[in-house]
Amino acid sequence: MPLFLTDDEFAVLCAACERLIPEDETPGAVRAGVPDYIDGLLGAFLVDPPRIWAGGPTSGRHGGEAAFARFHRLSPLDELAWRTRIEGSRGIPEREFNGPVRGLQEKYRSGLAELGADFCDLGPEDQDDRLRNCRSFTALLYEHCCEGMYGAPEYGGNRDGAAWEAIAYPGDVQPRGWSDAEVAGP
Amino acid sequence: MTVDAVIVGSGPGGATAADVLTRAGWSVVIVEKGRNHLLDPDDLTRPAADYSNDELKFLYRHFLGPDPLVEPRTFRRGEEEGDHAYVGEVNSIPTTVGGGGTHADGKVPRFREEDFALLSTHGPVDGAEVADWPVSYDDLEPFYAEAERAIGVAGDAGANPFAAWRSGPYPMAPGAPMYGAVLSSAAAEGIGLHPYAAPTAANSVPYDGRPACNNCGFCAFFGCPIHAKGDPVALLTRAMASGNAELLAETFVARVRTDGRRATGVSVVGPDGATRDIDARHVVIAAGAVETPRLLLLSGIDLPLVGRNFMVHFQTFVIGVFPERLHGHKGRAVTHVHDDAVIVDEAARAAAAEAGLPWIRGGLVEHGGPSLPVMEAKIYPWGAKHKSLMRSSPMRDRMWAFTMQGEDLPQLTNRVDLDPTVRDARGFPVARVTYRPHRHELVASAHHAPRLVRVLEDMGATWTMTSTSPLPEGQDRRGALSAIPMSRHVMGTTRMGDDPKTSVVDARGRLHGLDNVVVADSSVFVTSAGYGPTLTLVALAARAAAALVGRTDPA
Repeated sequence: MPLFLTDDEFAVLCAACERLIPEDETPGAVRAGVPDYIDGLLGAFLVDPPRIWAGGPTSGRHGGEAAFARFHRLSPLDELAWRTRIEGSRGIPEREFNGPVRGLQEKYRSGLAELGADFCDLGPEDQDDRLRNCRSFTALLYEHCCEGMYGAPEYGGNRDGAAWEAIAYPGDVQPRGWSDAEVAGP
Repeated sequence: MTVDAVIVGSGPGGATAADVLTRAGWSVVIVEKGRNHLLDPDDLTRPAADYSNDELKFLYRHFLGPDPLVEPRTFRRGEEEGDHAYVGEVNSIPTTVGGGGTHADGKVPRFREEDFALLSTHGPVDGAEVADWPVSYDDLEPFYAEAERAIGVAGDAGANPFAAWRSGPYPMAPGAPMYGAVLSSAAAEGIGLHPYAAPTAANSVPYDGRPACNNCGFCAFFGCPIHAKGDPVALLTRAMASGNAELLAETFVARVRTDGRRATGVSVVGPDGATRDIDARHVVIAAGAVETPRLLLLSGIDLPLVGRNFMVHFQTFVIGVFPERLHGHKGRAVTHVHDDAVIVDEAARAAAAEAGLPWIRGGLVEHGGPSLPVMEAKIYPWGAKHKSLMRSSPMRDRMWAFTMQGEDLPQLTNRVDLDPTVRDARGFPVARVTYRPHRHELVASAHHAPRLVRVLEDMGATWTMTSTSPLPEGQDRRGALSAIPMSRHVMGTTRMGDDPKTSVVDARGRLHGLDNVVVADSSVFVTSAGYGPTLTLVALAARAAAALVGRTDPA
């Protein structure tokens, strides 16, 4: 169940993400949870505290506590910034001190609609044509795909660190760090 | 209640002033507009645990601030571009307790003797405000030495043949060299350059109650999860432990209040949006070289040169791709540097003469840089090739880079002022940066880059690329975004000098005509040198604060 998008929108999102970062011998965007990362960002304020900044100092993957899972509380100014970014300014005066701001929720709703309700039924080449035609939405989507794929798993993507494993990247390493010999040698 | 000093900004400059003043028994209030993620909220004498190895949080989600949606800046190259060409993130150093010190990778070189006397050493340049500083290296050396002890610097005193004289060794030996830097240093030496272990404010051994760096690799752009980076947490915890300091985070200084002759304090907007006054005998401004002139202008302190001579570093990037993996994610991001491009040698003189310039100077060359997979992924195209590129990793794990922090000459037309229309979320006019490089920077970059390409080729690169920030006009495919310098080394907007007609503050950072207001950040720099500004601004802030309490040497 997606947090913010409708099931139909989420299906289009999944199909689009999978074209941007397709599965081969290692997981593609969908198996890595990238659509959940994006839906989680759009619905960040539907959970408390909002899923904007994972906690510190350690994730527990290399020792220490699983503190990334405890998301930071936002200050009033942080909340203003992130609600404006995600929800848009919606005519609310305190969000429009420099004019209206279009939010990510609206950009995704209209971008997914532009890809088309029939997007999932198209063949791969037709899907790629649609993505190339929706240039500005695809650029936004790709930025978020990269973040969801290779960011920390606590944000909803990179499930079980599979995307890091696929590129032989260890991710966060505190409190283990690296020995001097590991740093200086080949 | 009237405090001895209110300090605007909690970065390296403000933290230094707080430390020096509280040790002398002064009562201070440190006002920081950003959040406190540096000090434990339950005990401000101890570090917090908010930082982490989290690329999303630090690079894409503005954890250290400023968030450009609520605290934007604007940019234009010149007046011909209208009020502004861009609104958003412009040369933003963190807006948070600890300021720019929190996100830096901790390289803290000293300047060299000639950096304080550029006009008398090398002479004037047309179109630039080249001048000598009213402070010499010899004046500053004791404060450099004290700064290195206070924040904990690891380095090797004999390693750089071009280094200025020093009164003693570094407090710690250098940490582990990165594998890529071992290779690039050998290749650089092979063509006669002089690489050395970068002086770094990251502990190589336990120091001052903080642990040794464990090489996690999340240095540049990240707060240190274990606080092995001493700048400025060491200074702030010491100031808080004195019992003489109060820290007000999420509090914006809207105005310096004056009675016409003297400053009487500041007006602040707190986290609840309410405005109140803080009365103080002295006002120390350390908000950074963009926000410091903004505050002066918001306060109506519009001395003619406030905001003028804004400088950054003109960055030249030379990258190479290698057959083997260099694992740049292990280690302190940059462990080696060389100074050769700062030196005005025969080749530099010839290149200058050919370009019709009297001289050119490049800057410190850093070996290496951050190694982050989200940043890498965004470089590659989407589609079938994306993941095979990520696995073979030419732009991260098999890449090595040089960054030259090129000297940027001061120009009157490069400036910070108030944008006529854009506001921050609190309703105040934001800072507008007007900037274009002098031809000197372009010529110096073009002269030094080929030597760096050769080093990477000798090291075994199969492909190299050279780029700069900003890009030269005409090559800027991304419009305003290519014109905005990526450098966070902002300097020069309240330059120091003895003559009020050609400077804003005196040699001890006091505003001409309002001498209980002291600027304690890199705004006071007269020229930009080719070195990161932190250690020099800390030494100058310590000297200015020492003068306030009647001393001419470090405590």
